[in-house]
Amino acid sequence: MLAESLFFSAVLFTIGVVGVLTRRNAIIVFMCVELMLNAVNLTFVAFSQVYGVGGQVFVFFVMTVAAAEAAVGLAIIIALFRHRQTVNLQNVNLLKG
Amino acid sequence: MSSFLFWIFASLMLIFGAAVIINRNPVASALSLVVSFLGLAALFMSLDAFFIGIIQVLVYAGAIMVVFLFVIMLLNLGHPSEIADARGRGWKLVAGAVGIALLAQIFALTRAHVTPRIEPGYLARQIEYTGVVAPVAGPLFKEYLLAFEVTSVLLLAAIVGAVVLGGRRAPTDAG
Repeated sequence: MLAESLFFSAVLFTIGVVGVLTRRNAIIVFMCVELMLNAVNLTFVAFSQVYGVGGQVFVFFVMTVAAAEAAVGLAIIIALFRHRQTVNLQNVNLLKG
Repeated sequence: MSSFLFWIFASLMLIFGAAVIINRNPVASALSLVVSFLGLAALFMSLDAFFIGIIQVLVYAGAIMVVFLFVIMLLNLGHPSEIADARGRGWKLVAGAVGIALLAQIFALTRAHVTPRIEPGYLARQIEYTGVVAPVAGPLFKEYLLAFEVTSVLLLAAIVGAVVLGGRRAPTDAG
């Protein structure tokens, strides 16, 4: 089971990275970040089968951080939308100079 | 769980994970992500992590995705002018190259030899003796107690940050 889980986790992580690189909608980019976090969670759980239950505890913490990140990130997206009336990342180039 | 179901749920997870980045409509993307998370929860359970699988469904597929859908709905992102958001061909090529390179790297890393610290089936037997929650709860409140407490501070900071960022500015502010 370990090798298969690592395989699926790698594929899922890569899907997330490709999504972050190809999409411009801030919310979808954000969802792809969640996808990457979950891929890493799968790795943790898979390794907890051979290294003990510490991996599962770590997944617990990752989920907490992901929840906090979702709350703050979505608040940022709402603030962005208020100022720019869009969540398209192409129109958000204030730091480009 | 049998290996057949493992592959079914894994392919469910990957197919709907790909649907997240392929779908043009953010609502469809979010719902695909929910299905992907449910498949992932099934994988967690097949790896003897029942508690993690359950909080995956409750916290991720439930709470976090509801917040996502709520924001999509609030900002009215299903609107046609927002839908065409994929980047151009150059970006897609770059993303494909990065994806293939990353996949190759991770595969090379995961082929490394793993020496097990615990004997196979140890977690399953522990769950049989003490129940599903106890194997996770024990270390969480013993070895990782400090991290657990720090997590509460993190959550408080996140709540305050979300309220400050998302809350209304002064009444005179047009935004």
